[in-house]
Amino acid sequence: MVQVKIWGSLSQFTEDRREVEIEAKNLRELLDGLAESYPGLKPQLERGVSVSIDGRVYNDSWFQPIEEDSEVVLLARLKGG
Amino acid sequence: MALDSKTSNEAIQFKVVGTRPLRPDGIDKVTGRARFGADISAPGMLTGLVLRSPHAHAKIKSIDVSAAEAMEGVHAVVTRRDFPSLEPGSGTGDVLDNCMAGEKVLYDGHAVAAVAASSTHIARKALRAIKVEYERLDHVTDVDEAIKPGAPVLHPGRANESVPEGSSPNIMARYEFGHGDIEAGLAQADRVLERSYKTEATHQGYIEPHACLAQMGPDGQADLWCCTQGHYMVRNTCAEILGLAQGQLRVTASEIGGGFGGKTTVFLEPVALMLAKKSARPVKMVMSRSEVLRATGPTASSSVDVRIGMTKEGIITGAFAELRYQGGAYPGSPVDMGSMSAFAPYDLEHVKTVGWDIVTNRPKQAAYRAPGAPMAAFAVESAIDELAKGFGLDPLEVRLKNAAREGTRASYGPTYPAIGLEATLRKAKDHPHWSAPLGPNQGRGVACGFWFNFGGDTCVSLNVTPDGTVTVSEGNPDIGGSRASMSMMAAEELGIPYEKVRTIVADTGSLGQNEVTDGSRVTFAVGLATIKAARAAKAEMCKRAAMVWGIDAEAVEWKDGAAHPAGPNAGTHPPMTLAEIAAIASNTGGPIAGHCEANPEGAGVSFATHMVDTEVDPETGAVKILRYTVFQDAGKAVHPAYVEGQFQGGATQGIGWALNEEYIYGEDGILQNAGFLDYRIPVASDLPMIDTVILEIPNPGHPYGVRGVGETSIVPPLAAIANAVSEAAGVRMTDLPMSPPKVLKSIQNS
Amino acid sequence: MSKIHVTTKINGDPVEYLCEPDETLLDVLRDKLGMTGSKEGCGTGDCGACSVTVNGRLVCSCLVLGAEAEGTEIGTIEGMAQGEALHPLQQKFIEHAALQCGICTPGILVAAKSLLENNPDPTEEETRYWLAGNLCRCTGYDKIIRAVLDAAADMREAS
Repeated sequence: MVQVKIWGSLSQFTEDRREVEIEAKNLRELLDGLAESYPGLKPQLERGVSVSIDGRVYNDSWFQPIEEDSEVVLLARLKGG
Repeated sequence: MALDSKTSNEAIQFKVVGTRPLRPDGIDKVTGRARFGADISAPGMLTGLVLRSPHAHAKIKSIDVSAAEAMEGVHAVVTRRDFPSLEPGSGTGDVLDNCMAGEKVLYDGHAVAAVAASSTHIARKALRAIKVEYERLDHVTDVDEAIKPGAPVLHPGRANESVPEGSSPNIMARYEFGHGDIEAGLAQADRVLERSYKTEATHQGYIEPHACLAQMGPDGQADLWCCTQGHYMVRNTCAEILGLAQGQLRVTASEIGGGFGGKTTVFLEPVALMLAKKSARPVKMVMSRSEVLRATGPTASSSVDVRIGMTKEGIITGAFAELRYQGGAYPGSPVDMGSMSAFAPYDLEHVKTVGWDIVTNRPKQAAYRAPGAPMAAFAVESAIDELAKGFGLDPLEVRLKNAAREGTRASYGPTYPAIGLEATLRKAKDHPHWSAPLGPNQGRGVACGFWFNFGGDTCVSLNVTPDGTVTVSEGNPDIGGSRASMSMMAAEELGIPYEKVRTIVADTGSLGQNEVTDGSRVTFAVGLATIKAARAAKAEMCKRAAMVWGIDAEAVEWKDGAAHPAGPNAGTHPPMTLAEIAAIASNTGGPIAGHCEANPEGAGVSFATHMVDTEVDPETGAVKILRYTVFQDAGKAVHPAYVEGQFQGGATQGIGWALNEEYIYGEDGILQNAGFLDYRIPVASDLPMIDTVILEIPNPGHPYGVRGVGETSIVPPLAAIANAVSEAAGVRMTDLPMSPPKVLKSIQNS
Repeated sequence: MSKIHVTTKINGDPVEYLCEPDETLLDVLRDKLGMTGSKEGCGTGDCGACSVTVNGRLVCSCLVLGAEAEGTEIGTIEGMAQGEALHPLQQKFIEHAALQCGICTPGILVAAKSLLENNPDPTEEETRYWLAGNLCRCTGYDKIIRAVLDAAADMREAS
């Protein structure tokens, strides 16, 4: 199980939890697992998120491995100029 | 993808990276030969012009184009009806609606129709012949007015699920970040400061207006030349809007005359393609400056409330900010980025930000250099400064006491790896600027800034020519010298002189998908792909040498631009240089190339500290910038002159934002300063030299340690200057821009 | 509208063209003569990207009518280098990395050349005020000013 920190305004869709547990070995499983366990997150996941894994930001790479003890944080999809 | 990480702190001995070679596009750009967006033409081309709304908010009841269509020399007229319908509310749906209004015009300057004619003169006449019947609606342009009860509503029912019920219908989204218990944190403070801050919308202000040339055949094959930060994005967006296959639309990026985020979307391009389709002729479109200001860019205006608690020793015990950004007529202001970055420089136990994305009757905002961060930093860094000075503490020392470090949990969630904020602060403190004396009516300000940076889809193709020179093809428009940087990294990796490498920006038919030139990603991500492409070419060349020598490829190593036998069983062979291997490529298996298609992730975050001295004229309220120093972590400065240039350019844009630049709307919702005379960006006589100090704390996510540098430099200046002006004027400035009338009024009211 | 016949000299070459009475010199240069080195950043004389000289005087070509060029001598960025030899200002701009995107560069070079013809030894302040009519959004002007002052010093030494 991976501990995922989610940002505050999403917690209304995770029973007010700011940290949820998802069974996932990579980014794809993580995003799918989140959408399955907390369907209220789906619209945001579809609009796009970035994910910080151990301090590094990932946008798209489905098969980026995630270790059990990794620090995983959901971020708003990064934009740039 | 798996990244080549720097696994040790052992410094790489660079030969090319870190030097200052001349840029490959230099001669073209100093002789006038370089071809920018408006410099491209085609035989038989028509001129395309856009008819724009004179109203801030109105229903389009009807558009009669018959008289225009009947005019001699007019070859096509298009309105929204010519475009296929896209799902309203989708991202691309909004882009199309912004390029050509549907049922409503949402801001002054919103496009409603376009013509293609045989001359500019005729095209102008044709625009005047189009009859649009409007039903005017009430409008709102201020971010705080837009969320008051009874404010005119732009898009009923478009709020997303994050917005609490009962909120203003002009709120599109809500974001909340942070951790800890704010009230508990604030309760530990010796003082809690509550302040509100406002910033006006500013435009990216690139000197080159948007321009493009489109042509399309009846077979659906189309070509587009345009100035853009991302021609692959242009291809994909236009293909979706026009219902074309992406592979049938080839987009070539011209030289780009500045972008700063403003050229990361499309405005004219789908319209030009539609005009080209209808007229069966090439169509060129070039915006006027007034069109650029009325209908492209700008960034969001903001209204931010801050509550920060500090002990008398200068420790921040709790920090809260509520950010309201209006992003113009469509959802998507960068308030999410503002909310994530607001407190990113600090190590805080109790921190929270709430962001509201708000729509108003203004042009759809476009990204502007570190989108969303400068306004948030303005509020936070002003409040920290006021608290520090209130306790009689050194504002740099207070920032050092609270600075985020490796292992700090960032306010937006993750734990930081090695970062450079503390290094910039220490460097600032030791710099002679910090201890230089100030005169009367002068003040010094400092502020910190943060930006994320990212990677994204990237393709690089590196080819070795038969005579042993190297060409690099990449897919990201070169906005500030990136072709030089790519050539440098290729030369470094291959062990050949910089002059032996030429880098070009390839069209969309030549490479796979490339993310836009944004997010300070190019030197990082395209650099990484260039290094990997060079490594692939090196491996191939080692293989070729091994064939010639009759040994295993594993027994060959590449150093100093040549293949060398290595290891116990390699035998003794004289090294083969890149040129020698290239010369016999046909005999050893064919042309030699290396390529890399990747989505490099793991970009390193970046921090800066800015220091500025200002003088305020108490009679007029005019502010003069006396001295300015930028301290920023570049990871590794590939071409230090261009890194300095990014620091100086970002600081100067921040100076404009802080002191002069603003979108001024009248009561009628019409933009009153749509020209460079009244929308005044900094000129040479406004400024001193901008001093720079480059720090190099390697990014562990890049083989050379490179971090993006382009965006962070615009984050601190708003607050640094406000802090300096507040000190010089003896009154706290909380509204930008600090134009002379505003400063004078503040002095008089104090 | 009948067109006006204009005879002029551009960068030393005799040139003839027909233009509309309301057509600017900038449009003539760019659209009729294919000299796209002069840029249109604003069309209202505020940005200086279209700077040229008319009889040696620095002007915004977007504020000059094509018809007004009759009998004059026009200097544009295309005439600044002598064959392969760059003007010292051009060389210094490349060496000092005084350009990023390069859109303002032609206008700034034409304006800077005009400055040094009027004042071969300008101070930093004089240089900043002379170039105040030429907008650059990328550089913050720092490296531009340094390049101009360095070129001026070299040119003084060479003369």
